[in-house]
Amino acid sequence: MDPTLQRGDRPVWARLRFDQMAPSGACAKGPIRPVLAPSRSRPIITIWSNRNATYFQLTTLEMDFTLDDEQRMLADTVGRFVAAEYEFEARRKRLAKNGGFSQELWDTLAGMGLFGLNVPVEHGGIGGGPVETLMVMEQLGRGLVLEPYIDTGVVAPRLIARFGSAAQRSRWLPCIADGSQRFALAALEPQARYDLNDIRTGAERRDGGFVLDGAKCVVPHGDSAHWLIVPARSAEGVTLFIVDAAAAGVHAQGFPTIDHRRVAELRLDQVRVADDQVIGAVGAGYPLLEWAVDQALAALAAEAVGAMDRLTELTCEHLRTRMQFGKPIGSFQSLQHRAADMRIAVEQARALALMAAAGADADDRAQRRRGAIAAKAMAGRSGRFVGQQATQLHGGMGMTDEMACGHYFKRLTAIDMTLGNTEHQVEAYGEFL
Amino acid sequence: MDLGPTSEEDAFRREVREFVAARLPDDIRRKVLGFLRVEREDYVRWQRILAEHGWGAPGWPVAHGGCGWNAVRRNIFEEECFVAGAPRQMPFGLSMIAPVLMKFGTPAQQQRFLPRILTMDDWWCQGYSEPGAGSDLASLKTRAVRRGDHYVVSGQKTWTSFAQWANWMFALVRTGTDGKPQQGISLLLIRMDSPGITVRPIKTLDGGFDINEVFLEDVRVPLDGLIGEQDAGWTIAKYLLGHERTAIAGLGMCKRLLRRLKEVARSQTKRGRPLIDDPRFRDKLSKIEIDVHAHEWALARLVSLEQAGQGLGAEPSMLKIRGSEIQAELGELLMECAGPYAVPHVEDALSPDHAGATAGGAELNPLTGLYLDLRKVAIYGGTNEIQRGLIGKAIVGA
Repeated sequence: MDPTLQRGDRPVWARLRFDQMAPSGACAKGPIRPVLAPSRSRPIITIWSNRNATYFQLTTLEMDFTLDDEQRMLADTVGRFVAAEYEFEARRKRLAKNGGFSQELWDTLAGMGLFGLNVPVEHGGIGGGPVETLMVMEQLGRGLVLEPYIDTGVVAPRLIARFGSAAQRSRWLPCIADGSQRFALAALEPQARYDLNDIRTGAERRDGGFVLDGAKCVVPHGDSAHWLIVPARSAEGVTLFIVDAAAAGVHAQGFPTIDHRRVAELRLDQVRVADDQVIGAVGAGYPLLEWAVDQALAALAAEAVGAMDRLTELTCEHLRTRMQFGKPIGSFQSLQHRAADMRIAVEQARALALMAAAGADADDRAQRRRGAIAAKAMAGRSGRFVGQQATQLHGGMGMTDEMACGHYFKRLTAIDMTLGNTEHQVEAYGEFL
Repeated sequence: MDLGPTSEEDAFRREVREFVAARLPDDIRRKVLGFLRVEREDYVRWQRILAEHGWGAPGWPVAHGGCGWNAVRRNIFEEECFVAGAPRQMPFGLSMIAPVLMKFGTPAQQQRFLPRILTMDDWWCQGYSEPGAGSDLASLKTRAVRRGDHYVVSGQKTWTSFAQWANWMFALVRTGTDGKPQQGISLLLIRMDSPGITVRPIKTLDGGFDINEVFLEDVRVPLDGLIGEQDAGWTIAKYLLGHERTAIAGLGMCKRLLRRLKEVARSQTKRGRPLIDDPRFRDKLSKIEIDVHAHEWALARLVSLEQAGQGLGAEPSMLKIRGSEIQAELGELLMECAGPYAVPHVEDALSPDHAGATAGGAELNPLTGLYLDLRKVAIYGGTNEIQRGLIGKAIVGA
């Protein structure tokens, strides 16, 4: 907000130039996403003031929701990949065969350069940021892509690029970008519920390095990661370590999840780490952990938006084609209203996913956290609502494993329960009131 | 108006509670209360224990071997059984086809089937729903053509609960195509081991296999499998559906879930203290418990009014809607208790003899599946949208 805009300058009306944006409305037409106008002009908020009849164009209030050419290409490419490889029946067959993700599709994602999205150009990446992450996550969400993306494609490269030493950047960023190494963020402990600060895993200085002891829980794909990002508590405070998953004393027990992925329970038993495996300063890891989790929250929120959006489309398709009492069930107003509420819920989640992306790089902790927490809270709430409504509107078919509906419902449920459910986020948001 | 249970009701409740505590096998109780998979044999075993005690058929008249209890007693009985962890008494035989047999069946049909329902020697399934005909039951397409001493049945049924365990099905079939869709429907009893029947399990969201598709290809059904008159099945079908007046409220299930919710909320911690003491979670528990009280008293009031002949006709719909909503919310809160452990899910651990590990422990493992599964209560037995339509019609009338 422009600080020069005084209360007395109260604008009497503002107009968004919607003519340059995609038509909104029927969910049949897909997500409402601002698109680039042929003139490349930006949507403008123009504001008039009554007081002295002067026309103001308050450029500081402008927000650009359009995509530039590169961003659009990225979204299209990922969208096409998802549509081709994640057609529902094909995905379901793969699920039945493997359970969890496929190395082959991981390699395809790597070939597309997606793991380099958040890796700076000088380290072999695309040098994208939160907006590109948002777009990619939304597409992955639309297709219920199973390959674990967030920790390796978002959290680790962003964390290392921003807080890592020069040596760490050179060591890890290139092998993240080429997809050869997988990372997992071990943010939570069994006793901690969702409290990031409840860290009992200990780090003790020994022989010019550290020894870690403790347990981490529900680590996404923690049994197939090469590197684990582990917060531990030492005399100096919380420190963030990059731990080799193959190191002696690291025990990972994998479990399937309700949404057909994997998580692991980790035990760290006298695990030795060198000094150069510390990210940032010793004892100053907690803010970094929080920062890393915020990146994950923003990404999860964007993924949820994609999943909700697609689920709403599928539900509308069902309402149009499912016949009962001689007409499409979508002709019943009570069902239309439910679909309308779903569409509204998606839009609310999308709005806050944008807010989270806008704040993800902010230096101001409050701005970043507020965005991430609000987005995750809304993603959880809207996701639960959309999943429940979709199931109800699909009727018995929605309860079966054979319809896409249930798979979206399960993913949305799992997203809500990951790194803090709605209740937790709402509570955490209290800090910023 | 005399609020408060009569002393007879109190005594009856105590009697049921003591009986269930003494006679319900422990292994079955553990499965049911822990939300683990309950097997066919468990249902049969409990039904036989009840039947032996004379409590096999709470809703049947004494003349047919039932208890002859009124709705109030039946509710007390069901609630006490549910809360104590008894498997539900399968309704398909006991409270769906049995009342139909008593009203429309021949003496031969009654003598043949009713005793075996009481002891669960037969497992019945319901062949009503078809693909393309969900809530719009009358649009069913499965055809039965009469040929000499039997019908030849072809078509497909779906959402058939426990068809994989059933040896009999009562099915609505189309025997005539003239007139309104409701005409020309008949009710047939079909042996599940008849040639031409294929049962295909449908996997549900929680990974379970309780529902099935049933394909019927030129299945021969002897004429004595017809209930009532040919083409007059619609009246019978409606009688059957209307019979489950109060069980659909699911009060016993609500209470069981609530009790479990409190147990889990006590055993889980948040910031080192029991979750149940967390003010935020506690408020949710209070609210849902108040909802359960409202549901209980509404059920008591509406059952009593209906018994006195003062019902509106829409009572079951109201009770079904609230019951399903409360169950769904309790499932949601149970899942929330698990926190991050709501995500891992070991399907095999739903079987009680599973020896392997689960991520968050056996107590938490079933909870997200339960949450997903409980969404179905608002769908089956006539969706909540259909129920709201019925209430609306009854009170607005326009």
